[in-house]
Amino acid sequence: MGESVIRVVGLGKSYETAAGLFPALKGVDLDIRPGEYIAIMGPSGSGKSTFMNLLGCLDTPTVGDYFLDGHNVAHLDKDALARLRNRTLGFVFQGFNLLPRMSLQDNVALPLVYAGVDKESRRAAGRELLAKVGLAQYAESLPNRISGGQQQRVAIARALVNKPRLILADEPTGNLDSHTSEEIMRLFGELNAEGITIVLVTHEPDIAAHAKRQVKFLDGQIVGDHLTGEAPC
Amino acid sequence: MLKAMLGEAWLAMGANRLRTALTMLGMVIGVGAVVIMMAIGQGAQYAVQQTISTMGSNLFIVLSGSFTTAGVRSGSAGGPTLNVADAEAIAELDGVTHVAPTHQGSRQLVYGAQNWSSQVIGTTPEFLDARAWSIVNGAGFGDSDVRSATRVALIGKTVAENLFNGEDPVGKTMRIMQNPFIVIGVLGSKGQNLDGRDQDDTVIIPLSTAQRKVFGTPFLGSVRMIMVQAESADAMPRVMDSVTALLRQRHRLREGTPDDFFMRNLSAAAESEAETTRTMSILLGAIASISLLVGGIGIMNIMLVSVTERTREIGIRMAIGARQKDILTQFLLEAVMISFAGCLLGLLLGLGIALGINAFTGMVVVISGSAALVAFAVAATVGIFFGWYPARKAARLDPIEALRYQ
Repeated sequence: MGESVIRVVGLGKSYETAAGLFPALKGVDLDIRPGEYIAIMGPSGSGKSTFMNLLGCLDTPTVGDYFLDGHNVAHLDKDALARLRNRTLGFVFQGFNLLPRMSLQDNVALPLVYAGVDKESRRAAGRELLAKVGLAQYAESLPNRISGGQQQRVAIARALVNKPRLILADEPTGNLDSHTSEEIMRLFGELNAEGITIVLVTHEPDIAAHAKRQVKFLDGQIVGDHLTGEAPC
Repeated sequence: MLKAMLGEAWLAMGANRLRTALTMLGMVIGVGAVVIMMAIGQGAQYAVQQTISTMGSNLFIVLSGSFTTAGVRSGSAGGPTLNVADAEAIAELDGVTHVAPTHQGSRQLVYGAQNWSSQVIGTTPEFLDARAWSIVNGAGFGDSDVRSATRVALIGKTVAENLFNGEDPVGKTMRIMQNPFIVIGVLGSKGQNLDGRDQDDTVIIPLSTAQRKVFGTPFLGSVRMIMVQAESADAMPRVMDSVTALLRQRHRLREGTPDDFFMRNLSAAAESEAETTRTMSILLGAIASISLLVGGIGIMNIMLVSVTERTREIGIRMAIGARQKDILTQFLLEAVMISFAGCLLGLLLGLGIALGINAFTGMVVVISGSAALVAFAVAATVGIFFGWYPARKAARLDPIEALRYQ
């Protein structure tokens, strides 16, 4: 199992609430191989967001182990987690989350700032990735000059700029109409075809259908795991 | 990376220009006050040093006492209580470098068709040494001139200009109280003294000549004033005490009777002037520090608002790989930049006002690099000190919470 990009063993997360300890995630096991395209589905409160935060190294688990690229993340300090988020992971959010005051090119290249890359290389990479998502002509524009679907493409370019092993997309089409959603999903499909592992959180079955594998969460546990096209077990 | 962050801090400052400008105002006023304070303070010090150096250093004068005629009291130096022998005795004292008995008054000078009223000082050659007064043209007179009461004169620059109209005065004969005097030298320029009197409007002649021909004292050998120079500033009080003791003894004053002479410390007058200006600059310093404090709190306040406003941005940055240290640096840099920008404007404002003060009041201001250095050090300190707490708050945000923040 050494070649898994993500290996999760008995992963659990509980939150302190006024009513006592609330278990958001109850011992989840999951393996994700390089090149996989997984959709994580489930209703709100099913624990899929908690799971994504753990996968994204934004949060630390209460119990269990999470191996990212073979390294146990549980033992890493905050700076090392930041480094993983910077180099190994790429995030795509529902709300695009571009920085409003920065040009699109600078937005795309922002992760490189934290990787310590020099200005010239950042510029070049920013332009290259914008071209890849078909928005090279907007390199100097601010995010509010382009449409939501275009902003999401810029966000994907930003996620790709550090050449991550893994892209984590949290409801990437949640704020988009169906036509634009299709464009974004086509882009994810192309990236996956290039070999990038993609983990997608969604509650829309037709979006999930773009993924190759679908994992269903309910009440903090995995209740279904099947390849797209196969009948759900 | 630091360069990229500086650029971002600049962008953030530019995003809300009015707010940034208002935030800087406290720093501008504070630093401006610091600059003005230092310019005036150092200016005062410089002016006093200048005055003291033209006056001659470590000088004090002994004035003869007043006397009363038919109930009318003369002022100080009115009575004939001091004489040349007193001066010679003082010269023997320990710690005294120069002693010059003088007799001075205002007299009309005449040369050809020109005339001019000037201060005439009758004294000994040591006077020039005590006052560190040079002769730029011609030569001085010697002790023999004093002994034989020759009619020679040294004239100041102002006298030379007004009486001789560009002619070389050396060797010319002018008249003081009908007596012909040969001008043997022209004195170097001294400028104004503490009272604003032109020190170059002066004629110096041998003491004996002055007493016999110009002022006509009824008591031969008496002088109105003795100028004494001590070897150092530290020696001044000691020398003044021993002069008092000596003169009381020489004048046979009993214990309990008042002195029949006065003493004036000339340097002290300059020092007290400097003290006034120093007080003013301390006051400005107090205003400056309060303004800097208020300015710093203003920066802290705005940075806290900024951190709250940009919580989501902080979350995004953390998600794409910013470490706590990076966020801390970013916000700290922003605070320091606001502080520095305010400092720069304050520096310009302070310089402008200092130059304005100089132009309109004639007060001496000294603009030094150290003032700018102090201002920038203060700005950096204020920026870091008051920016630290908001920056730390930003850096410690939970990325998940920050990303969820609307």
